[in-house]
Amino acid sequence: MKIMVCPLNGPRPVAEFAYGGEVRRGPDPDTCSDAEWSDHVFNRSGSPGLKYEWWCHIASGFWFVALRDTTRDAVLATYRADAVRRGLPPAAEETATADAVRRGLPPAGDAT
Amino acid sequence: MPYRLLRFALSRKHPEPRMFTRHDSLKAGYDVVIIGAGGHGLAAAYYLSRDHGIRNVAVLEKGYLGGGNTGRNTTIIRSNYLTPEGVRFYDESVRLWQDLAVDFDLNLFYSTRGHYTLAHTDSAMRTMRWRAEVNKHFGVRSEAVDAAFVKRGIPSIDMSCGGHAPILGALFHEPGAIARHDAVAWGYGRGADRRGVEIHQQTEVTGIRVQGGRVVGVDTTRGHIATSKVLCAVAGFTPRILDMIGLRTPIYVHPLQAMVSEPVKPWLDPIIVSGSLHVYVSQTARGELVMGASLDPYELHSTRSTLDFVEGLSSHMLDLFPFLGDVKVNRQWAGLADMTPDFAPIMGVTPLEGFYLDAGWGTWGFKATPVCGKTMSHTVATGRNHPLIEGFSLDRFAHYRLTGEKGAASVGH
Repeated sequence: MKIMVCPLNGPRPVAEFAYGGEVRRGPDPDTCSDAEWSDHVFNRSGSPGLKYEWWCHIASGFWFVALRDTTRDAVLATYRADAVRRGLPPAAEETATADAVRRGLPPAGDAT
Repeated sequence: MPYRLLRFALSRKHPEPRMFTRHDSLKAGYDVVIIGAGGHGLAAAYYLSRDHGIRNVAVLEKGYLGGGNTGRNTTIIRSNYLTPEGVRFYDESVRLWQDLAVDFDLNLFYSTRGHYTLAHTDSAMRTMRWRAEVNKHFGVRSEAVDAAFVKRGIPSIDMSCGGHAPILGALFHEPGAIARHDAVAWGYGRGADRRGVEIHQQTEVTGIRVQGGRVVGVDTTRGHIATSKVLCAVAGFTPRILDMIGLRTPIYVHPLQAMVSEPVKPWLDPIIVSGSLHVYVSQTARGELVMGASLDPYELHSTRSTLDFVEGLSSHMLDLFPFLGDVKVNRQWAGLADMTPDFAPIMGVTPLEGFYLDAGWGTWGFKATPVCGKTMSHTVATGRNHPLIEGFSLDRFAHYRLTGEKGAASVGH
């Protein structure tokens, strides 16, 4: 991966972007147990696959979501954060949601 | 001659003894199955067979022996860590390293060089003093030294680092050493093999069978194996194995790249590390400079190499040693580092009975190879964590009791 398409700035060199980790939904801190909270704080889905991730275009400070194949280092799609909130485009959603469900994550449409 | 060569190649009985016995098939069951024939897995097999009398052991390797991070690291051995748990553990490892070659009857090219961790800022100097005091408390030879000491030890270094990161001092760790990493895997492999351990290369684990909360077997691409004890020592592939048993951990995988220069005449005796410049470098017995930097900045399960890495690392190397401008880079490569949030490993028993984990070795696993083998073989043989690895257990995260090694484990984090 050398170029990433920023939803705001278009194709830019990957060195201009910072990785912000996988898009995850946390438990409610007021009601969850200590075990649920430590699971959220520390544990990660370490296996390779299609993942929705937060990325930031550093120069413009713009945060967005990318669908990336972490086996191949290929970005399949990038979305503005508000687009993800409303649900992902169907083509990508199908594979990614299946993958997310397999790994025990909430369906992508719910991601915030 | 070609005919003899052909006959030799086709023969099943090679006249020359090989490093390891080749086993054509897996047995139906073993007392212990070790996943991963890297340094850690083979060391565990070696100590299981030598110290605990457990010889009915299979080591399964998806690729080839020592082909993962064992053969991809920059071979630095040291014990100048930050936490008491870390210092005690790595110091035991350095002690084991020193007579390993005799144990193996194999030249490991173990070479004690002295190890400088350069400090370019006041806050880095403070960490160096902290590490030196913790080290000395546990009898490890480390000293916080000033700039003049650094210049005497490494006369060719540019103390101003190109004018933008002047060296204020360093943590000097006298026992710091390098060794030939392939020989470590071969030595442990041969030692284990001679004691009856079976090493199966090109054998990928596809599943782990569990019954009533206990491990009962392992499925592989070459058939099923019954076993009650499995040790997982697969570095960057750990999450894929743990998915098979549904065990969640904080491990995340980033690539770590390294590169080596063409051979030049010997001029760099000690090992040099700079956290601020993201560089570690040593010169091998062959004269090559082996260099590494910090992790790639995002998760990836591929060992691809990048030009960005070579450019960045070369630029920092030139800050330290400007006269290397004409030296060429020969090779670059990458390994998959299994990182943890506190930069300490995850070792020992797991909630699944009979499943033992030696993981989270990120960018700092090679130096610990002997002591990991020793402590994990004890843990597998007795079913209880060895006292030296209690600070590294998986349940420390659930209790928020981390073992913070970030300041000493690596560079640039």
